[in-house]
Amino acid sequence: MKAQQLNEEIMKIKKNLAISDTGFVFDPSTGDSYTLNPVGLELIQLIKSGQDLPAITTHITGKYDVDAIAFERYYLDFIATLRQMHLIDDNA
Amino acid sequence: MTTLDKTLTIAVSGINNIDSPGPGIPVIRGLRESDKIRARIIGIAYENLEPGAYMHDHVDKAYKMPYPSDGVESYLERLRYIHSREHIDVLIPNFDSELFTLMKSEKILTEMGIRTFLPTLAQFEERHKANLPDYGRKYGVLVANSETLTSIADLNHIREKMEFPIVVKGKFYDAYIAYDLEQARIYFNRISAKWGLPIVVQEFIRGTEVNVIALGDGRGNTIGAVPMRKQYITDKGKAWGGITLADDTMMELTQKIMHATKWRGGMELELIRTKKDELYLIEINPRLPAWVYLAVAAGQNLPEALVRLALGEAVQPFARYDVGKMFIRYSYDMICELREFEQLSTHGEL
Repeated sequence: MKAQQLNEEIMKIKKNLAISDTGFVFDPSTGDSYTLNPVGLELIQLIKSGQDLPAITTHITGKYDVDAIAFERYYLDFIATLRQMHLIDDNA
Repeated sequence: MTTLDKTLTIAVSGINNIDSPGPGIPVIRGLRESDKIRARIIGIAYENLEPGAYMHDHVDKAYKMPYPSDGVESYLERLRYIHSREHIDVLIPNFDSELFTLMKSEKILTEMGIRTFLPTLAQFEERHKANLPDYGRKYGVLVANSETLTSIADLNHIREKMEFPIVVKGKFYDAYIAYDLEQARIYFNRISAKWGLPIVVQEFIRGTEVNVIALGDGRGNTIGAVPMRKQYITDKGKAWGGITLADDTMMELTQKIMHATKWRGGMELELIRTKKDELYLIEINPRLPAWVYLAVAAGQNLPEALVRLALGEAVQPFARYDVGKMFIRYSYDMICELREFEQLSTHGEL
């Protein structure tokens, strides 16, 4: 998926995912669990709150020492990993 | 209705709580934790070293039994002796290999005053690994294609029917994945030497193994069901750890099977979820599995419900269970006195 497309749609995190404040993620439909680092947790929470890529980029580049182009590359990698783990709801 | 006013004597087999454990001790833990029944537990052991016989906080008295394969008469004679001493109210067999003998003898057991809650012979037979393709067609369930082999020569023709890898399974126990004919021959010989013939060869379905424990009331109702995924599997193919799941499709499949077959008793469905999200049934175990205590901990005391069904009580279906409840199996060196081993070895009771 290209950044252009990501700009236009809001990612949907799988609905029944349990995400704790410590970054522990539990998927009750598969029993799989994952650990997010603080930035990963922040990103997931931003995605879950319904923010699109431009809004997330503004938030992250304003808070951390990263430029928009580099962040979008990391963001794409992150989304690809979530999709690989079946944590993105593509049917939503 | 509860039965707390009377201490029930419940005989439980499968107390071989070893690296490939029987369900006996987990079943007993469920019974011990029940607030509806109070039980004196009689452990049925087939070997002198079955740990449950020495676990006195779980098992009040243990008796050795001859294997069912030694003959029905000697089996029933020993059971009559134990019953004469203990007055068994309910018997919970936990080995597949006991079920045939006990189902055939259900009338005799009833006359003796021993109650069980077992599937019917027809239910037991039709869910055999060898009959699974017919079972799938009859009940509209996706199943792995399988063939029953009675000689090693039959393996030579298996390539015409299914592609490698294949799963080579014993009639009751053991399963190995074979990637070529040579491996299949090795596993055929290994399993048949241990468990006899026939051998069942099953199509290998790629995906994630998931399981459901369930209890049917024999009238088509699912009294309880809990889906689980094994998180780690030992070299014996047993769960080291597992976690309860929230999965509507697994629950619907379980209820569909229970409703269609009017299953009576405990059951474990072994399923594979493919990448396309299809659920394939690969095996039905006709009893509560060794991980039954996870269901108890998740809120469904299925051993307690099974005993109450055996007593003819009306049992309401469980409405919920905890999702994300885990179990981690561990080993523990229990210290036993030689005189106890001697007692069980020489007198057959402890």
